[in-house]
Amino acid sequence: MADIAIKKKRPKNLDLPTIRLPLPGILSILHRISGAVLFLLLPVLLWLFQQSLASPETYAVAKALTGNILVKLILLGLIWLYMHHFCAGIRYLLLDLHKGIDLESARLSSKIVFGVSIALTVIVGAKVLW
Amino acid sequence: MVNRVVVGAGYGLKDWIAQRATAVVMAVYTLILLATLGALGPSGFEAWRSIFSNGFMQFMTFLFFISLFWHVWIGVRDILMDYIWNDGLRLVLMIAVVAALVGYAGWAAKILWRL
Repeated sequence: MADIAIKKKRPKNLDLPTIRLPLPGILSILHRISGAVLFLLLPVLLWLFQQSLASPETYAVAKALTGNILVKLILLGLIWLYMHHFCAGIRYLLLDLHKGIDLESARLSSKIVFGVSIALTVIVGAKVLW
Repeated sequence: MVNRVVVGAGYGLKDWIAQRATAVVMAVYTLILLATLGALGPSGFEAWRSIFSNGFMQFMTFLFFISLFWHVWIGVRDILMDYIWNDGLRLVLMIAVVAALVGYAGWAAKILWRL
């Protein structure tokens, strides 16, 4: 059990405000946060999806609701969370296949994830919300 | 490689694969939906409904939802295992999540099969 003793001597820094995450680290924690937020809002999103499809009357209700600027901004935020989770997830699938695992590529691909997910958010937001 | 003491239990390979397989299904669906939205540009109820009411998209959308709920289960379970250290509370939360997801699956089926 020699390795257990070594493990205990490892220094730990869990003082979150002093940790400066590199971009791939920010991508990673955002991947988790976006997943959690989307999970928590599933009932709201399912309800909205149901309203939009059930009948012309409920569609009008959904349309009026999403016409509210505050609701629009929240939905835009959710589209970004989805797109971030989507793009970061594809990056992780590639990492699983040992594509781009060196530091330089990993940093570059995390920049690409942020760029592409924000671009997709703008495109989808413009198409669906505005 | 990590040195592990073999204890006879699984190491989560099945979940690891399921998480990725469901992710691929959802990614493909996302691209199909984005392409459909881009091509059609629905401007009203009928156009919007017609995206989901044809047999192919109905099947794909249902497949997306099932993949989503399965994927959510693995992800949320990981989060609970990381942050909730009280065994009883974690168990209660896990049961609540499974119950919610099973309910959502029924709800999604109801939405799609009424189209």
